[in-house]
Amino acid sequence: MKHTINTLTQGVSRRVIHSLAIGSAIFALSCQANETDNAAKPTLNVYTYDSFASDWGPGPKIKAAFEAQCDCQLNLVALEDGVSILNRVKLEGKYTKADILLGLDNNLMAAAIETQLLAPHQQDTSALALPTPWHNDYFIPFDYSYFAFIYDSEKLTNPPTSLAALLARDDISIIYQDPRTSTPGLGFMLWVKAIYGNEAPQAWQQLAAKTVTITKGWSQAYGMFLKGEADMVLSYTTSPAYHMIADKEFKYKAAEFSEGHYQQTEVVARLKNSANPALADKFMAFVLTPAFQDVIGTGNWMLPTKPQAPLPAEFEQLITPAKTLEFSAEEVAQQRQAWVKEWRNAISQ
Amino acid sequence: MLAISIILLLVGGSFTALINFSHTELDFSDILSDHYTRHVISFSFYQAGLSTLLSIALAIPLARAFSRREFMAKQFIIKLLNLTLVLPVIITVFGIVAVHGKNGWVNQFLAVFGIASEHYIYGLSGILMAHLFFNVPLATRILLQSLDAIPSESWRLASQLGLGSRHIFSTLEWPQFKQQLPTLASLIFMLCFTSFAIVMSLGGGPEYATLEVAIYQALKFDFDINQAVGLAVIQVSITLGLMVISALWLKPHPLGAPTGKYYRRPDHYSRRAKWLDMLTFAIAFALLAPPLLAIFSSGINAHSLTVLSSPALWQASGLSLQIAVISALLSLLLAIAILFTTRVLKVRMQANAIAYAIESIGAIILVVPALVLGTGLFLLLRPYVDVFAIAPWLVILVNALMALPYLLRVLSQPMQSSFAAYDKLAISLGLSRWQCWQFIDWPLLRQPIATGLGLACVLSLGDLSVIALFGSQEQQTLTLLLYRQLGSYQLEQAAVTAIFLLLLCAAIFYLFERLIGGKHDH
Repeated sequence: MKHTINTLTQGVSRRVIHSLAIGSAIFALSCQANETDNAAKPTLNVYTYDSFASDWGPGPKIKAAFEAQCDCQLNLVALEDGVSILNRVKLEGKYTKADILLGLDNNLMAAAIETQLLAPHQQDTSALALPTPWHNDYFIPFDYSYFAFIYDSEKLTNPPTSLAALLARDDISIIYQDPRTSTPGLGFMLWVKAIYGNEAPQAWQQLAAKTVTITKGWSQAYGMFLKGEADMVLSYTTSPAYHMIADKEFKYKAAEFSEGHYQQTEVVARLKNSANPALADKFMAFVLTPAFQDVIGTGNWMLPTKPQAPLPAEFEQLITPAKTLEFSAEEVAQQRQAWVKEWRNAISQ
Repeated sequence: MLAISIILLLVGGSFTALINFSHTELDFSDILSDHYTRHVISFSFYQAGLSTLLSIALAIPLARAFSRREFMAKQFIIKLLNLTLVLPVIITVFGIVAVHGKNGWVNQFLAVFGIASEHYIYGLSGILMAHLFFNVPLATRILLQSLDAIPSESWRLASQLGLGSRHIFSTLEWPQFKQQLPTLASLIFMLCFTSFAIVMSLGGGPEYATLEVAIYQALKFDFDINQAVGLAVIQVSITLGLMVISALWLKPHPLGAPTGKYYRRPDHYSRRAKWLDMLTFAIAFALLAPPLLAIFSSGINAHSLTVLSSPALWQASGLSLQIAVISALLSLLLAIAILFTTRVLKVRMQANAIAYAIESIGAIILVVPALVLGTGLFLLLRPYVDVFAIAPWLVILVNALMALPYLLRVLSQPMQSSFAAYDKLAISLGLSRWQCWQFIDWPLLRQPIATGLGLACVLSLGDLSVIALFGSQEQQTLTLLLYRQLGSYQLEQAAVTAIFLLLLCAAIFYLFERLIGGKHDH
């Protein structure tokens, strides 16, 4: 019985198997076609976040500058935001095609090193324009800034002067990013934790009432804010420079909070299993050269760590926090999951 | 047998991977005692319960209104109700955002009167709206069909007795509804309980997550495999429990479509009934029509050309089509293999119970949702291969399993009846297996096969589940592209992608009917 059924199905399936085989052949062919296109030059895959790689970000200029000197293709793979870069590499594990991770930050460094997928950078990071000296074997800092809420000073004439004041205000709506996918979101979570400690859950609940939505990445949140969907958006103290320089628009301002601001340093690292280790090293060295550093200020709207050309005068109008807050990378690596859970539980009460 | 073993191997394998993992490294009490897990479980139940309740509460008066009114486009509208069965979820999500979003039609309309626009779409209200969009038509169809079962003598009798609307409901309609409602409610509940794409795109934050979405987030956002596996096991236990309960207590739905017949019902003339029907139609229209209109009307805009000429769209279409066609063929292969076995069991050996058991294995995907299967396959294969590189094949496998219950439903009856009618003849003529297929089965079956393939293709084209886990920019399907455009608030680009996807679905369906279905008169 079984035998007859099997032969039957085999008979029937021949055609189907045929079509399947043709289907997979097409499939394989189309995959191959993609590969041969780029086979002429080696490709360096850089995982980064979307606003860095986008047309209005620093990505295209950096790609052009690096390709001019490397005889290679620089492939910027845009992910939703910084934390997604780490999540993606963790998911892919040792099979990842990434050569370079660009856009993790000080808060994620320890977690990224724990994956054991990274290789030391071997660059000199002693003479950098950072507020504090840099000591890390795996990561090179390429820019920094401070998290801040941005508002439209024509619409919001009496902005809060502290996080406590923001919590107490019922007339302000905010948008911020998800700490599980976004480095500003993660930074905000740490900022709240640094100020409120064990009382962070209550603060989150107060914030939840004002929150329009929690986005996966910075670009979505900022885009919604510019369309007028909220009064304030979590971004950087340096964001108003973009509006002043690119749009000649002076109404957007960063609100200075008296508790202090959390610092973000954005970093780059190369992967141990990179298919093009020499090229990856070349890119790591490139990060601290003027060709990279001088497009950061007016491309990524952050402060470069090794600037050559001076920044435009508008940068002097930005606020500089009187007090900065920061957890150590190790502390963040230890506590991140627990604090994310605390945040998640608090806002889903 | 081979087909069954493949399915069992796949599902079993991925499940063993899940269980194995949970066995060694998982502390269940830890996950269950987590506030968030409990929140997600209770939210899953809450939104599914509410969606079911509201869908049925609207479907009952709607079915009654359809049965006692006759109007011009009635047949057409009843046919349109079927459309929501195959409409890709993410397209509907687009339609709903276009109507109810911050800059959507409703807010634009309100702005004319100087009313400030409100955010009301992200969260529970958006999720409910989308669930109603899919399930009100489904429920209405099934209830209308059950009204068809009322014999015309009963209506005549009711007329002679001069029964009012309320009495008709309690004596004629309710007994019919009562038979259908438990099955219908459990079906809708299951669909909403395992809802993924809707909740993911309209949820707006971790407060509004179903178990399916929480599994996705645990894996993709937190890379917390423990949490993902724990949630997957919880999810399967609950869906399995619900399935067992409904299998023990409930009868399956009769197949078929409502005729949309018009009965001269005595409550046709009641003024109250008239108002009630008008109100019902108005509510249903307001709920269902604008998103559909938005899908069709916003497709042509300033961005149409840029989107249509973007390589991303064409790459995504290519991948979507490849996945859809291969997975549909695979699904067909599995379905035919299963049915070859079961029809022999049924017709020759009268072993209906075994046959039924085998066929229900084909429907296993209903218990193990796509995302759980995807997570399991991920854990199973990760040590050996680059899961992201073979992502399209995983999607093909899961989509094939997803379409299998539908193919089995479409093909089961025709395959059995062709066998019952011609088996003895074929044996007496000494036809070989191949000849049997060529001369008996194929001519009788090509029509349902075409329908089944078309359906499987469209389901696969519209799928957004496993690809969300493993897709990337280089490997995205049309649904993933559309989801990303919606996620980054590129509504105009999304509009073009949505209508493109819809047309592709229609074209594929039509093509299969034409090429494989052969000539047939309608």
